[in-house]
Amino acid sequence: MIDVKDLRKQFGDHVVLNGISTHIDKGECVCIIGPSGSGKSTFLRCMNLLETPTSGDIIFDGVSMTDPKTDINRMRQKMGMVFQHFNLFPNMTVLKNMTLAPVRTNLKIRLEAEDQAMALLKRVGLEDKADAYPAQLSGGQKQRVAIVRALCMEPDVMLFDEPTSALDPEMVGEVLDVMKNLARAGMTMVVVTHEMGFAREVSNRVMFLDEGVIAEEGDPRDLFYHPKSERLQSFLSKVL
Amino acid sequence: MEWFEELKALAKSGQPLTFWQDFYVKFYQAFIEKDRWQQYLNGVGTTLLVTALALLIGVVLGVIVSVVRTAYDQQRPGHRNPLLAFLNAIFRVYVTVIRGTPMMVQLLVMGLVIFASSKEFAMVGALTLGINSGAYTSEIIRGGLMSVDIGQMEAGRSLGLTYTDTMVHIIIPQAVKAILPALGNEFIVLLKDTSMISVIGGKELVYFARGVISRTYEPMFPFLGTALIYLILVMLFTWLLGIFERRLRASDRR
Repeated sequence: MIDVKDLRKQFGDHVVLNGISTHIDKGECVCIIGPSGSGKSTFLRCMNLLETPTSGDIIFDGVSMTDPKTDINRMRQKMGMVFQHFNLFPNMTVLKNMTLAPVRTNLKIRLEAEDQAMALLKRVGLEDKADAYPAQLSGGQKQRVAIVRALCMEPDVMLFDEPTSALDPEMVGEVLDVMKNLARAGMTMVVVTHEMGFAREVSNRVMFLDEGVIAEEGDPRDLFYHPKSERLQSFLSKVL
Repeated sequence: MEWFEELKALAKSGQPLTFWQDFYVKFYQAFIEKDRWQQYLNGVGTTLLVTALALLIGVVLGVIVSVVRTAYDQQRPGHRNPLLAFLNAIFRVYVTVIRGTPMMVQLLVMGLVIFASSKEFAMVGALTLGINSGAYTSEIIRGGLMSVDIGQMEAGRSLGLTYTDTMVHIIIPQAVKAILPALGNEFIVLLKDTSMISVIGGKELVYFARGVISRTYEPMFPFLGTALIYLILVMLFTWLLGIFERRLRASDRR
């Protein structure tokens, strides 16, 4: 579903991604771990072109993302994204947050979008917050809304950029539960995370990024219990 | 009426008037004699019309200039739009020239050079004020657009919304809320700056006040009255703005 080909990204002289190639299958849940500054977030943000790669390519559903002729807005509709800082639209109610994009992109008519939004809110236990503004929600509630907002576009893949890093500890669980259910329902997911428990339990594959390259990747059990490289060993000893 | 004529005759005969008698005569001359209050009202009408027109021109110009300049700054590398670069260069010159020259000089140039043959003095004045206000408004709006968290643009775009849709539905509404006090300030300055269009013959409040003075040779009441009218207008404006601001703050309630 997603082919990443020799992806490189430089900010001025600073090389962040130094040649990443990988393939993500439909229905897979891939977790990306690594020390800060290793390029995890940049990698994720390159996938939907929030960052423009310096070189290399991302092929999504057979379409090159970096091709200037590609309709990037159309491609992004198929790639949901969840941010560390939620990025809900504070000037709109929860319901409007969720229905704005499907309606504006002509994916759905308003009533249809609202019905679907309500159903999704119900699934994450927030149906009573439909008319609330983001400022009235807790961090965990905001992030759950952000997840279902992305789901409203019926994406083929969901990208998570450290979705629990900005949350109070007691709210991490409720967000991870939503993500677990999503993974079990067969959603293709790419998750940048520091939640090793989640990576170990839910993901099909874990990718360890270090200094802009995939230093090690594989089945979570192998990776966590039998790390091969020294860098991963020292990283895991610090975070586990 | 009769009392006024009596007092006037009294004054003419050289007899000194008491303070209150003098006060009454001058007040009467300034506002009531020959229904002069109608002239002030006329002036206020023009002042408000010019303010409204200039405000409209200023806001439209300000939005266009600020959005183009922000869009130019936010282009993705490798996706430079030559039209945007061209407009950006023009708008930068516009802002520099307008902010770099005095309002009064701009009025004189517009009224007596560029539109020298026009007799629509008030309209030329409104246009000039609008163009002037647009430059300042554009910088205020640009500041507002830049103050909105970059994550908002990213969230909008990541959902597949176009740059324009994200700007219109997400960024601009938040920016407007942030800059409303500064915009209010600019609008108040604009309202009071309309008093300058009398130098090119615009028939607004100050123009008529001076007209009255040229008849009565008494500047105190016409000018005090003019000042009071401006004060009331500005207070009204501030009050309306306050209501608008409270409405926009609806989403802040917790």
